Amino acid sequence: MAEKLKVATASLCGCFGCHMSFLDIDERILDLVQLVEFDRTPITDIKTIGDCDIGIIEGGVANAENVEVLREFRKHCKILIALGACAVNGGIPAMRNSFTLKECLEEAYVDGIGVDNPMIPNDTEIPMLLNKVHPIHEVVKVDHFLPGCPPSGDTIWTFLTELIEGKPISFPYEQIHYD
Amino acid sequence: MSTEKSFKLDGKTIPFEDGDTIMDAALRAGEYIPHLCHNPEFTPHGSCRVCIVDVNGRQVSACTQPATENSEVINSSEQIMSQRRSLLQMLFVEGNHVCPACEKSGACQLQAVAYYTKMLSPHFTHFFPQRTVDASHPDTAIDFNRCILCELCVRASRDFDQKNIFAIDGRGIRSHLVINSPSGELGDTDFSAEDKAAHVCPVGAILPKHKGYERPIGDRLYDRKPISVVGDVAAHEFDQE
Ligand code: SF4
Ligand code: SF4
Repeated sequence: MAEKLKVATASLCGCFGCHMSFLDIDERILDLVQLVEFDRTPITDIKTIGDCDIGIIEGGVANAENVEVLREFRKHCKILIALGACAVNGGIPAMRNSFTLKECLEEAYVDGIGVDNPMIPNDTEIPMLLNKVHPIHEVVKVDHFLPGCPPSGDTIWTFLTELIEGKPISFPYEQIHYD
Repeated sequence: MSTEKSFKLDGKTIPFEDGDTIMDAALRAGEYIPHLCHNPEFTPHGSCRVCIVDVNGRQVSACTQPATENSEVINSSEQIMSQRRSLLQMLFVEGNHVCPACEKSGACQLQAVAYYTKMLSPHFTHFFPQRTVDASHPDTAIDFNRCILCELCVRASRDFDQKNIFAIDGRGIRSHLVINSPSGELGDTDFSAEDKAAHVCPVGAILPKHKGYERPIGDRLYDRKPISVVGDVAAHEFDQE
């Protein structure tokens, strides 16, 4: 049997909904693991990425750590995939782009309803926020995009099977939506 | 029959009458040419360019181009489709289109045409412009983040409602929708939710208040069938309620 493809996944500024949707492929994951081996991903809990064939990114880029992880993925993956609305266009987190970062932080930690002990967190362990949230293609080159909030398990399955079999990527009409 | 004038659309014979545009004749024949700013009830505007077709090697907008005898019109080549996709991608990145948080999602013409052209990503760098929401009117809200400058509300208010409530101000990248009242707010105009202008917006920029997300996902206008089969948003304005 041919060597298994190596797959890594990460959630940047997303809600983990796309990873949950990935798990919605249900028992087909048993077929998938015949063909692929997981490297860094929340499923294996491996924290560093090795050389991979396929990298799947959920979430947009909102802080310095997101940039670092995304660049690591690009460096180590032959094919990089933007999975879901946030990775594709910034999604819901990018709604903060209508405000300055200062306004957002003050609303959340100083002036917001029910805030107790108002203070903007400044621990050095916390990654620095970017001024704006960006889709991942604005930071690195992306090879494939799967829109949807989240893309359905069926959409992800269609995509992965076509990609692994080396077929052209195409979807039934109902499998592509931006919400 | 033999005296009828016709042209070819992707090789198919389309009859037309004097004064028809390519779009008029195609719509009558039941052929779909993707479009956003066109609505057969109003004077063609030719601004969104999504209905671009190739006529004897020249690219023109089907909604403004008069049909001509025996011309060869190409509507669905990969080249034309990819140009349309680029136009749509530019429309997406120059506004703020957060579909998961938009009440129009699933019944939005911009989305539906983008699905039709198989647009999977916005491709370009987002502008993330700073735009506002006008909630001053009791029955209708305007979200400027989603306006694609199609001028359908402008045409409807001017030519149909005789109210002239909307206009496009500025030029080029500074073009934006404005409201004709001293405060610039919709609440200070004589706009009514019964107006034609309240029922022509192809996207989620002009929205009725007090409702939203009424149709479940899977049951919305474009969830199951493409716009080429379903038709325009405006044509379904009242069966959605
Ligand atoms: S107007 Fe259409 S494209 Fe824009 S956010 Fe709403 S559903 Fe999406
Ligand atoms: S508000 Fe709607 S109808 Fe008016 S110009 Fe913008 S997109 Fe067109």
